Amino acid sequence: MKPVAFEYCRPDSIAEAVALLEEFGPDASVLSGGMSLGPMLNMRLVRPAALIDVKRVHGMDSVTAQGAEVRTGATLRQAAAMRDAGLMQSVPLLALALPHVGHFQTRNRGTLGGSVAHADPSSEIPLALATLGGAVELVSKRGTRRVAAREFFVDVLTTARASDELLTALLWPARRANAGHAFDEICQRHGDFAVVAIAAEAVIDANGALAHLALGLGGVESRPTLANTAAFLGRPADAKLAREIAAAAADAADPMSDLKATAEYRRALVRESGAAVLAAAFANAGKH
Amino acid sequence: MMRLKAGMRHTVTLKVNGRTLTGQAESRTLLSDFLRHELKLFGTHVGCEHGVCGACTVLVDGSAVRSCVQYAVECDGAEIRTVEGLAQAGLLSELQQAFNRHHALQCGFCTAGILMSATHFLADNPDPSEAAVRDMLSGHICRCTGYYPIVAAIMEAARAARGEKK
Repeated sequence: MKPVAFEYCRPDSIAEAVALLEEFGPDASVLSGGMSLGPMLNMRLVRPAALIDVKRVHGMDSVTAQGAEVRTGATLRQAAAMRDAGLMQSVPLLALALPHVGHFQTRNRGTLGGSVAHADPSSEIPLALATLGGAVELVSKRGTRRVAAREFFVDVLTTARASDELLTALLWPARRANAGHAFDEICQRHGDFAVVAIAAEAVIDANGALAHLALGLGGVESRPTLANTAAFLGRPADAKLAREIAAAAADAADPMSDLKATAEYRRALVRESGAAVLAAAFANAGKH
Repeated sequence: MMRLKAGMRHTVTLKVNGRTLTGQAESRTLLSDFLRHELKLFGTHVGCEHGVCGACTVLVDGSAVRSCVQYAVECDGAEIRTVEGLAQAGLLSELQQAFNRHHALQCGFCTAGILMSATHFLADNPDPSEAAVRDMLSGHICRCTGYYPIVAAIMEAARAARGEKK
């Protein structure tokens, strides 16, 4: 339960971090909070030649509003995000998701960017980012690029990040006018990995009809997925519609089976909890 | 930028319970091992060693975190509080006394970590609900008590810190 010997590198700037990634490429692991990487290092599931600790990179934990987006630096700690009232107000889905992330003791150290870069299929922050249509910012010696969250997550613990790239920030669309949000997850014990996590953003028009909907599913497939809900727009946003949409999402999903749950059980959770989450998002819409 | 070679020992300085302490650590040395093996502070217990059980929880710059999933070199210069720092002048802290009164420990293996989490938690939440205390405790595993006496002790310590009766 001890990691392999590695070179410990602590860059002070993004330029230094990127130079190290250029030097070590796939032989380096980037350390942010270490709440997922730490256990994997201890169990020697990862054996990096170098650990690049970006925790002290200047300014990489800042929160800034940029037009219709909120930019959260990659090393912003989960606990710090929860204490940032302005951020929680501009990105309500993130506010609903964060209390489900690990525990008090891990949120004190774990970061938003680390969770997204790690890309566990059951993790809440990637799910919230994908549901809202957010993006990540990646920096390498070759330049800076922006990748939509829905393309960034490729597979279990696999992202579109190249080995010489550093994830420097998450870009969150600021709250849509009158949008309602809801988040819930089912796990064996509070704080455990979600068996299924469900996130929703809904906008209802003046006639009570569904005008916009994003329904994200975590822990179901190998990455966060978005249900196809286009066919339901324009219908009265009520409990019946919530049940119909959740049932369609459950039927369309291709859930995994593992030690925690069978595919069929996951499908049932999407159907039942999905309906409840959608109904809650409908109820929250237009109330602000 | 700092670069510490693999397989060599490096000097790490921490401020632990108010005292500046220095020791040698490889880059891969866990903070929990550094505290125990190098600084001889055996109050911090090591359970699962992968960030799940909470036994090794200490305060790093005021925040309750698992010391088994971070490295001593990562914490160089940090202010650390361990269970050894809770009692002052030989007198148990209010929280420790409440644990004693409520039999909030039996074997004691998880206790040091829970005391450190609760110390940070109560500093941020002087008037917590029982549900919030249970939520905080979800980051710890205790196989003896069933948690009820731990919740009662933390609630009582919170009341005492607010100057209310026990």
